[in-house]
Amino acid sequence: MTGGPTFGVGRIRWGWFIVGCVVVLLLPAVTGTNTPTLLLIWALFALSLGLMWGFAGILSFGHAAYFGLGAYTYAIAAMTVGESTGPLLLAIVLPAAAAAVIGAMMFYGRISDVYMGVITLVVTLILFKFMNATAGDAYHIGSVRLGGFNGIPAFPILNLPGDPSVTAFGTPFYYVVCVALLLCYLLCRWILGSFFGKVLIGIRENEARVELLGYSAPAYKTAIFTISAGMAGLAGCLFANWAEIVTPGVFSLGQSAEVIIWTIVGGLGTLVGPIVGAIVLGYLKLLLGQQTLIDNSLVLGAILILVVLLLPSGLLPALARWRARRDRASVSRRQASSTRRRRGHRGDGS
Amino acid sequence: MSETVVDTRDLSMRFGGVQAVNNVNFSLADRELRCLIGPNGAGKSTFFKCLTGQIRLDHSHGRVFIRGQDVTGWRAYEIVRLGVGIKTQVPSVMNGLSVEENLWLSARRVGTREQTEATVAEVMQQVSLEAIARRLVGELSHGQRQLVEIGLVLAQRPWLLLLDEPAAGITGAEADQLVQIIHEVNRSTTIVVVDHDMQFVRMLGGRVTVMHQGAILREGPVDEVLADAKVREVYIGSRAR
Amino acid sequence: MDYAAVVFLEILYMIAFLALTSAGLAVVFGMMRVINLAHGEFVMIGGYVTIFANRAGIDIWFAMLVLAPLVVGAIGLVVERLVIRHLYGRMIDTMLATWGLSLLMVGLVTLIFGNTAVSVTAPIQSYQAGAYQMGGYNLFIIAIAILVMLVLWLILRYTRVGLIARGAMQSADVASALGYNPQKIYMWTFTAGAALSGLAGGVLAPLTGLLPSSGSLYIAKSFITVITGGAAIISGTLASSMIFGTINQIVSFGSTPVIGEIAMLALAIVLLRLMPQGITGRFFKNST
Repeated sequence: MTGGPTFGVGRIRWGWFIVGCVVVLLLPAVTGTNTPTLLLIWALFALSLGLMWGFAGILSFGHAAYFGLGAYTYAIAAMTVGESTGPLLLAIVLPAAAAAVIGAMMFYGRISDVYMGVITLVVTLILFKFMNATAGDAYHIGSVRLGGFNGIPAFPILNLPGDPSVTAFGTPFYYVVCVALLLCYLLCRWILGSFFGKVLIGIRENEARVELLGYSAPAYKTAIFTISAGMAGLAGCLFANWAEIVTPGVFSLGQSAEVIIWTIVGGLGTLVGPIVGAIVLGYLKLLLGQQTLIDNSLVLGAILILVVLLLPSGLLPALARWRARRDRASVSRRQASSTRRRRGHRGDGS
Repeated sequence: MSETVVDTRDLSMRFGGVQAVNNVNFSLADRELRCLIGPNGAGKSTFFKCLTGQIRLDHSHGRVFIRGQDVTGWRAYEIVRLGVGIKTQVPSVMNGLSVEENLWLSARRVGTREQTEATVAEVMQQVSLEAIARRLVGELSHGQRQLVEIGLVLAQRPWLLLLDEPAAGITGAEADQLVQIIHEVNRSTTIVVVDHDMQFVRMLGGRVTVMHQGAILREGPVDEVLADAKVREVYIGSRAR
Repeated sequence: MDYAAVVFLEILYMIAFLALTSAGLAVVFGMMRVINLAHGEFVMIGGYVTIFANRAGIDIWFAMLVLAPLVVGAIGLVVERLVIRHLYGRMIDTMLATWGLSLLMVGLVTLIFGNTAVSVTAPIQSYQAGAYQMGGYNLFIIAIAILVMLVLWLILRYTRVGLIARGAMQSADVASALGYNPQKIYMWTFTAGAALSGLAGGVLAPLTGLLPSSGSLYIAKSFITVITGGAAIISGTLASSMIFGTINQIVSFGSTPVIGEIAMLALAIVLLRLMPQGITGRFFKNST
């Protein structure tokens, strides 16, 4: 075994990887950058959940909390500072720190999955309700008014570190998002290939046994929860830049539900699955938004029910299984026909 | 006189409304092989879990010492880090991973990457798992999973092994193999085996501690204890009821 | 003195509101360990049934107390047969599937009834108590909540049906060894829970304008009330309703209703962390 056993994490399929990169790079020429940027931001958000859920077995019912914290942190910090480099970093660090606290509380408290679901749900609810109610001049951080359900508009967007006059907008911003997604994907790969990642996968399989091997499961879980939240915060910060306004909707239960649906439909236990799920379902949501007959909730709800009932591990693993079955069938067909050919040639026993 | 490596002082634990462990003073010498037996409900498993940290203790429950260290109230993973290997009653292994991967995760905690590869190979040979090295543990038979768990525990080269019903549900041949492994490992390791299976206990030899209604009834060499009238009464009596 | 009475009644009302809206979820969670995240939508549909039946000429009392539970109960039956039944024992999957169900139901209701608020006037008007005005309808809600809890307790404790249901909840194997079909028991239990949710929705319909998204108002509070309450259906729901209702109202009086809600949610996190088995997992064990 070179580099240690894989623990079920497939190697990068370089063919698909290159195709994906090329498509992503050239897409703006066909469709403009507005929609693809949003889709890739959602993909990053889904990737953050997929890392934690698919490989460490931690399902947060309120992952939007960290997405929203990233968005609001960026907006408030950027307006206060006037430049974007610090705010960008803060938008990653603050959600991560919040997650570290909440995660430690939950994991060291050894509460069950269900209660974890409840607590994560309630955290995002609290943030949503709070932000929604902050209308009026009384609610502000520094000189930035929180704005209640109207949110915070008109904050500085990302600029080149050190040069506030060079901002990322339109196509350059699209490529910033591409790079962010790529870097995070590679980070996830690196984590999963490392010893830390393998312990996490072990925890997903049997937490009690991993503890009986001398590992402190709460420590590992808190760590991955923190990393996942930081990534979600980055996605939130990028979302703020795309939308050029942050509203309490970023904390909504709907947003939490959507990212779960993208992840589970795309494929739990893979890194590409959540990315693909977010892009496909996100695009579907945008298409549905342009008509009023079929409600987006209806479609998403139906999809979630069907996936849970029929394909609990999602599309990509199901596709992989289907492909494996087809390959085995074709291998046996090939073997049968080559046997026949051989028998034909050597029918006389020579 | 060899060192006392495990020592409990007045260990008591109520469980489900019953006094499951009743003022137990248990001690174990270095490199002993001890079997803990007793009829159903005697408190063996509860006692075992108190030793391993799977049941959280506080000082009202008594004390547990491992190599002189007071480990009362320690969590399981902290106790394991002292060099203790724990095998639970119900096979607890990582079903979605292969045998090799299971062993790797165990060995890696105590060794470098190179050492881990070597340890995994050694353990697989020791427990005869080479043939199923790449198989997913979830697909194996119960007996094979028991052996994988033994391998998991051995892979950290513990100096103290706590095994809860290692022979449960395994075939006769696997049991013979297990007895051999335990005897071999016992040369350098202190071992406690909790079990029901009298034949297995006889094959293991060593000293036996009989528990009954949460307390230690008898302790001594296996043949002596199993011939003891009180012990026989407790077993046959409770079975007849 | 009048002010104290009003404060007391407000708290009582909040407790009743929580207990009533959580009853359906509590029955399903307590008996079957199923977390139905579409519970809020069941309540919402109960409200819609009441309002539209009333508009079609049906007596409002009948619509809210009989029709709403029946219709929502029927919907619950269908949901159990089609979805829940396949996911027993898989708690997280059930939560996901019912979350999908709640989205689906919101979408359907929006499709059928549109997105504008619908309402109906309360059949009991407010009256004066000293210098303060009391909502007569609020008193009715308190009464209904007490009645529902009482009837539920009596059924579970003292009837054969309740005994069978509690038996199946403790051990499905034993129940089937005694000749009872656990599948049927679960089916009727879920239906009963849905009917209770529908009743709550019907009773609460006259309070505000109802929207397809109204379910989200109920789900969060019911959810934390039930989970914090723990496995005992009646005493758990009552205990947590009392704690949350009181905190919610007291904090609301001190600041704003939103802060009151947030205080309640934050308290839920603290309680869950300290008592992961719920209140009745720690205290009042073995109560109903």
